Amino acid sequence: MLTKRAKSVVKKEMTLAEKLYLPAILSGMAITFKHIFKKPATVRYPEEKREMAPVYRGHHVLKRDDAGAERCTACGLCAVACPAEAITMDAAERKQGEENLYREEKYAARYEINMLRCIYCGLCEEACPKEAIFLTDTLVNPELGRSAFIYGKDKLVENMENRVDVSKRQTADVAMFKGSEQSAKHNQLYKSKSIK
Amino acid sequence: MVTELLFYLLSFVAILCAIMMIFSKNPVHSILYLIATFFAIAGHYFLLNAQFLGMVHIIVYAGAIMVLFLYVIMMLNLNEDAEPVKSKLQKITATLAGGMLMLVLIASLKNAELKTQMPGNEDIGLVTALGNILFNDYLLPFELSSLLLLSAMIGAVFLSKR
Amino acid sequence: MVTYIVIKLFLVLFVFVLALTVAAYSTYGERKVSAWMQDRIGPDRAGPFGLLQPLADGIKMFTKEELIPSSSSKYLFILGPSIAMLTALMAGVVIPWAGPIEMFGQQVSFQVSDINIGILYIFSVVSIGVYGIMIGGWASNNKYSLLGALRASSQMISYEIAMGLAIVALVMKSGTLSLGEIVAQQEGSWMNVIYQPLGFLIFLICAFAETNRAPFDLPECETELIGGYHTEYSSMKLGLFLFAEYINMFVSSAVISSLYFGGYNLPFSHLWGLTGGWLAAAQFGFFFLKIVFFIFLFMWVRWTIPRFRYDQLLHLGWKILLPLAIFNIIITGLVMWANGQLS
Repeated sequence: MLTKRAKSVVKKEMTLAEKLYLPAILSGMAITFKHIFKKPATVRYPEEKREMAPVYRGHHVLKRDDAGAERCTACGLCAVACPAEAITMDAAERKQGEENLYREEKYAARYEINMLRCIYCGLCEEACPKEAIFLTDTLVNPELGRSAFIYGKDKLVENMENRVDVSKRQTADVAMFKGSEQSAKHNQLYKSKSIK
Repeated sequence: MVTELLFYLLSFVAILCAIMMIFSKNPVHSILYLIATFFAIAGHYFLLNAQFLGMVHIIVYAGAIMVLFLYVIMMLNLNEDAEPVKSKLQKITATLAGGMLMLVLIASLKNAELKTQMPGNEDIGLVTALGNILFNDYLLPFELSSLLLLSAMIGAVFLSKR
Repeated sequence: MVTYIVIKLFLVLFVFVLALTVAAYSTYGERKVSAWMQDRIGPDRAGPFGLLQPLADGIKMFTKEELIPSSSSKYLFILGPSIAMLTALMAGVVIPWAGPIEMFGQQVSFQVSDINIGILYIFSVVSIGVYGIMIGGWASNNKYSLLGALRASSQMISYEIAMGLAIVALVMKSGTLSLGEIVAQQEGSWMNVIYQPLGFLIFLICAFAETNRAPFDLPECETELIGGYHTEYSSMKLGLFLFAEYINMFVSSAVISSLYFGGYNLPFSHLWGLTGGWLAAAQFGFFFLKIVFFIFLFMWVRWTIPRFRYDQLLHLGWKILLPLAIFNIIITGLVMWANGQLS
């Protein structure tokens, strides 16, 4: 009874007006006639695209920092957090002269997400301490084979000429949560659980 | 000339379809031939300028009764394999009975007066003329037969209400 | 004589083309109306506002693969849709499209044939129309098709009776079976629907049933019988069945408007000051508007009311409409007797 629209059904003998059915039919026709003048709910897809929610969880992106260096340090927290075990990576040490490519000493030489396994829950995004992985509002493209769905760094790392705006996902609340004690505790708890 | 040609054509179609109706093994085909026969006969009515009769013939026979026939046969799903094998005795009796009927028909029609002349009144088949005759000269038989049909209809309604 | 034949041939061609065009655009209209009623847009890709959609549909129908089930009876399978289309087109012959005018030195009436039993003619054509569905459904050798055919036949017979009795009351009032005369009688007077509201209602309901339109579309109801009688049909043979339905809808709209809504007659025609060809054109236009309205009504009802259950359908036909129609005849007779019109 929250909406007050519920009608209690009473089984009783119909009145003559109800037995005739015509008033009911006419009122139904009036309703459909009214709908003729309503605004259609259609989105004409190729020309018009439905607006995605700012926090829609689609295809991942591995962010670079403003200088163009990859933020990911291949810590593996995302892979641990992933409930679908879709993420895998190989870490490597940064060589001399690669400072403009990788922000810290360690980086992901190989970083793969199996988009068929991924459930787009966003836990990797939450787990990442370096603000490196984010889910975006782009959809994963359809492919013909399964192997094409395993996205490597070529598809995941952000292109500097065409940067992905994730500012809506980095809300102050999220940043605060990531810096907070609660979050640290939570991450510890999670880690200890998964180690067990 | 055209009328005569049409007459022969329609008669040919009617007789051919009637024969085909008897000889076709599949009951549904039989019925379809019968419907074609009815249409040919309706054509004869039109040739006699009896439009009303022709139309009613199509509505009642071709449009309603034959639909019911077809309905029943389709529903029972009769086809060639479903036809029961008849014994020799049955076949002989059937031939005899059919022959007797034919004999009676020939005997009765042999001496019948053949009217080659068309009826004098050309409008006899039109609605107004037919209505005048039916409701003036043949009022009682007409009303009696309509009462009969009405009672049959009411009976059917009551049977369905049960 | 030659002009007469030429004019009649031209008229036949006109009615033929009109029926086909209206049917083609009814498919478009049906999709648009259903879309609007469901807050959608409907076809809008082919041409401006999707106006070329019927053409696209036609090309699709013609170029699709023609399938004849191997276990069907081939000739009857082809005969089914042919009969459906033939009977649908035949009924347009007796409808008066506009009032008679003087042209080429003679009286030209815009009615292909004014036979004096026009209503019976339409009736008989409609009653034959069910054979197309029955033969097609039976010849498909498919249980769903057969069920559709059986439903169509019993439905047609049940509603034909009530329809006929509804017309009887109208014929009693008009005193003629000719469609042309019934329309001419309504000129300058009230439309027949004023005198026969109950008869009109019965006729309308029966027209829905006879054209196999929702809520009486049990012969082809998709949810129970896949496609009913046209389950096995493809390509243009399916197209003929679907087209026949729309032509039937067009013809029944024309018949309803001529029997009960004054046909081609203009309201207050003397005030318009039109004569000759212009009058005929205006009459045709007005008649066409009425037809379009009724076609819209058909669609409107289809997209509003759910389908009947089969026993409800027969219950409505035999136990409600039939007694009502007889009651209507009795009332009409009593009123006419009281007015001294029976002599």
